[in-house]
Amino acid sequence: MNNGNILTVNNLKTYFQTEDGVVKAVDGITFELKKGETLGIVGESGSGKSVTNLSIMRLIPEPPGKIVDGEIIFDGKNIRQLSLEDVRKIRGKRIAMIFQDPMTSLNPFLRISTQLTEVTELHLNHTPEQAYQHAVKMLEMVGIPDAENRVDAYPHEFSGGMRQRVMIAMALSCEPELLIADEPTTALDVTIQAQILELIKDLREKLGTSVILITHDLGVVAGMTDKIIVMYAGKVFEQAPTKELFATPANPYTKGLLKSVPDPAHEAGTDLYQIPGLPPDVAHLPPGCPFAPRCEKVQGICRQDYPPFVQINENHWSLCHFAKETYQESLQEKEAKDGK
Amino acid sequence: MENNGENLISIQDLKVHYQVRAKSLIDRISGNDERKVVKAVDGVSLEIKKGETLGLVGESGCGKSTLGKAILRLTEPTDGKVIYNNKDLANLSNSQMRDQRKHLQMIFQDPYASLNPRMTVGQIIGEPIKTFGLSSGTVEEKVQELMETVGLSRRFIKRYPHEFSGGQRQRIGIARALAVNPEFIVADEPISALDVSIQAQIMNLMERLQNEKNLTYLFISHDLRAVRHVSDRVAVMYLGKIVELADSKEIYKEPLHPYSKALISAVPVPDPEIEATRERIILKGDVPSPINPPRGCRFHTRCPYVEPKCKMEEPKLVEIKPRHFVACSRISPEQPYIENAK
Repeated sequence: MNNGNILTVNNLKTYFQTEDGVVKAVDGITFELKKGETLGIVGESGSGKSVTNLSIMRLIPEPPGKIVDGEIIFDGKNIRQLSLEDVRKIRGKRIAMIFQDPMTSLNPFLRISTQLTEVTELHLNHTPEQAYQHAVKMLEMVGIPDAENRVDAYPHEFSGGMRQRVMIAMALSCEPELLIADEPTTALDVTIQAQILELIKDLREKLGTSVILITHDLGVVAGMTDKIIVMYAGKVFEQAPTKELFATPANPYTKGLLKSVPDPAHEAGTDLYQIPGLPPDVAHLPPGCPFAPRCEKVQGICRQDYPPFVQINENHWSLCHFAKETYQESLQEKEAKDGK
Repeated sequence: MENNGENLISIQDLKVHYQVRAKSLIDRISGNDERKVVKAVDGVSLEIKKGETLGLVGESGCGKSTLGKAILRLTEPTDGKVIYNNKDLANLSNSQMRDQRKHLQMIFQDPYASLNPRMTVGQIIGEPIKTFGLSSGTVEEKVQELMETVGLSRRFIKRYPHEFSGGQRQRIGIARALAVNPEFIVADEPISALDVSIQAQIMNLMERLQNEKNLTYLFISHDLRAVRHVSDRVAVMYLGKIVELADSKEIYKEPLHPYSKALISAVPVPDPEIEATRERIILKGDVPSPINPPRGCRFHTRCPYVEPKCKMEEPKLVEIKPRHFVACSRISPEQPYIENAK
């Protein structure tokens, strides 16, 4: 019945009521995540990537937000239909989350040990003694030196990278089946980012956890994920296996994003490709394709009709009137590049 | 842009030290009030050439922002010289320094915090023009001209900062810096707070302005990909010191200092094929506190090539290859590669 999928999200829609009108933060997202797989969700601010994941955890503040449609099937159960009590049993135990900012997501008044033991006492029925031992073990696992003595420290006594390790220890203490990491390294320096990504990779292999990695950094998803979803204005713009998405993107937005990252192989001094204009105001989307005002390939039809979600091949989809053409163009560009 | 030309700014052994008080009140009352010194910038010498972009990279807390501010005297230097136009900026009186500010400007990281929310765009950009009495025509004309230069519609002149997006606000910040026709701009993390697609726009804008107005930039950033793209030369900073300085192409192709190597290898590459195969150097631990920086080479606590002498003597910045300077006692012009060091 769950055909190897740990998570299936079907046509998820999460809307927010604001003074400005209805903001369709997530508007019809569909994806599957297999056991042990890592999915990357890429997008700019306001594209709906975080709201997607808060929806999965049922953490959308209501009001103003509301999941208005769709299914979130986790291990055969539709999370949308569960009672809050049942959701709580899943949240933190079977699905865990790491947030962007390790400074604000730990309680500054509580010792690390208190925050770590709370989770396992609740979900695994640990005695305080067991929970404490488990906390030390988890801190060791995420590479905190001198864990036995550090476990009673307060969050401010740790550096940013160490705090993110504590967050990961907390998220993994019940050995969740699904780990959602929302921009886990954005607040960190590159050398620390490399440490944390390496840690997530190791633990994923050790524990067999499925991971959803949300980020705006295409470099981060390139090395970490099996498949990628590119979001724009609350929609999935493109969905493909990681290698294919980077090699032959079938959506002008994805192509633009890839080109606007400074490429180490290119000489400095050449102008960097830029996507013109601004990310859209989700409360006031234009008719037709939401990317049309910024798209360099825009045609008349793009401004009038909402684009179709075109299947390129078995696992590759793109939301564009000219998805197939864009894909062909990428194929040719790739051949030209490889031919050289 | 290749440039062997004259120096615009010459920084000599610049130091910025901050006093910090002992932590607790009890310590202070009991007289245990030992004053500690944070050596944010600790002896930096750099030449910035006319018309170039010098990139300054390093992790948080390495002192790169402090260095940028100290050059412009937005932070008082403790020691050292900043020579500009045959004047030592570090030792000018406040009013003399004020006079120099029309040549030296700054663009800040956070476009949300660096614009006064109660001033209109016209007032923000117009203020430096009025202060320095620079405009020949009306201030409003000049402001409108500047707005167009940075790609903002002149219709927006009466709007307030909150009505703009992050990228547009950064454009306002750039227009404000340009208002006085400066020669030199310190750009402190100008793109870090922006979305990927907007970062490219701002980098291109800064490059275009540099060409049009013959500007010199000190581009401070922790984003090595961006720095590589915009800079002619790059300086790598660690705990208040420059550890490597070279042409941008050279330093990314062949970093010599073990810290630069790790820093550059830590940057994720947006290409799954490369990511799957390449070896990444993962540094252990965090940057040590600048209050008590490690003795000897400051990097020795994290360096994979450390040996006893590194803990004793502080290495100097040496020209290992032509125009390529490195501060590491384990390499030399005869033996530039640390992998081969005995």
